[in-house]
Amino acid sequence: MRAGLVAIGIAALLAAGAAVARANDYVLTIKDHRFTPAEIKVPANQRVMITIVNDDVTPEEFDSSALKVEKVVAGKSKGVVRIGPLNPGRYTFIGEYHEATAKGVVIAE
Amino acid sequence: MLGALIIVFREVIEAGLIVGIVMAATRGVVGRGRWFSIGRGCSVLGAGVVAMCAGVISDAFQGAGQELFNARALVVAVIMLMWHNAWMARHGREIADEMRRVGAAVSEGARPLTALAVVVALAVLREGSEVVLFLYGIMASGTSGSALMVGGVLGIIAGAAFTALTYFGLLAIPSRYIFSVTSWLIALLAAGMAAQAVQFLNNAGMVVALDRTVWDTSWLLSDGSIFGRLMHALVGYTERPTEMQLVVYITTLFAMFLLMRIARYSPRQRLPAAAE
Repeated sequence: MRAGLVAIGIAALLAAGAAVARANDYVLTIKDHRFTPAEIKVPANQRVMITIVNDDVTPEEFDSSALKVEKVVAGKSKGVVRIGPLNPGRYTFIGEYHEATAKGVVIAE
Repeated sequence: MLGALIIVFREVIEAGLIVGIVMAATRGVVGRGRWFSIGRGCSVLGAGVVAMCAGVISDAFQGAGQELFNARALVVAVIMLMWHNAWMARHGREIADEMRRVGAAVSEGARPLTALAVVVALAVLREGSEVVLFLYGIMASGTSGSALMVGGVLGIIAGAAFTALTYFGLLAIPSRYIFSVTSWLIALLAAGMAAQAVQFLNNAGMVVALDRTVWDTSWLLSDGSIFGRLMHALVGYTERPTEMQLVVYITTLFAMFLLMRIARYSPRQRLPAAAE
């Protein structure tokens, strides 16, 4: 059991290392509780990696049921989410802690 | 203020459902209160620690630390719930009989209580750390913080009231049926948790097989709505499940029932030693 978990952990590290080198990487910045860019175009039917940079001092939760992601990013910190493969379409996301201003959309095409 | 209330309430009811069901499942077992207090106490502290370490956790494992943390918490909870259900399948009838006879608490079962204390602790830990982070964000941003803070605290109170409602609602079920009802609920709870765990591993980039979305019922019931959240916590509803999530969900349910069946028909079932 334990050995299995360790093996999975190692495999994960290797896989994550490999994933970093891939091309479909995007950056999303949170500043004043807004996402920049508020619209990201990504290729459909591929896995995509989005690095969320939180420039605010307050934490934010990147939340999208459409993208199946809930990710807390601490203040002055960053986090990575991996999404897809997506069918072509629009996928909205919000910053759950500041829903009024923190909005955006991923467009898969 | 209302916004803060809703955000916090949404986080709390997920943990609240789990706590309510698990407490109803252990109705009449001695020492229950103490174990649940331990579970809750540890987890409230833990939620604070997790929230403080959010930056560190998030940065770990190439930014996938939070996903791995959540997935691990869920998997442990699933294992504990399976253990509990298997144990109840073996001893549930004895406990129900005894409860009817003496009309009050019975003495068996410290071990599944530790298991369930862990489940409660992990549920509160996961959702609680998000509440702590949210409230911390309000305090850190300063302006108009107090109204939001009041909203947040009201959200926690409303969530606790909801937990009590779940608990007493389940207690209204006659004791003859309560163990089978809670066993079913826990089986569905565990399957949903397992499906959620595998999605966290997908987000972390660890499990990428069978990652196509099978259906989209967001038009019918959105994950973001309160009812969607409830169904998510209760039976693992998600508006766009992946193939892998469905496979894991069904496998977990199947494994759970297999385990309960094996436990029930064990020839050692009458030995008092089996309780330990």
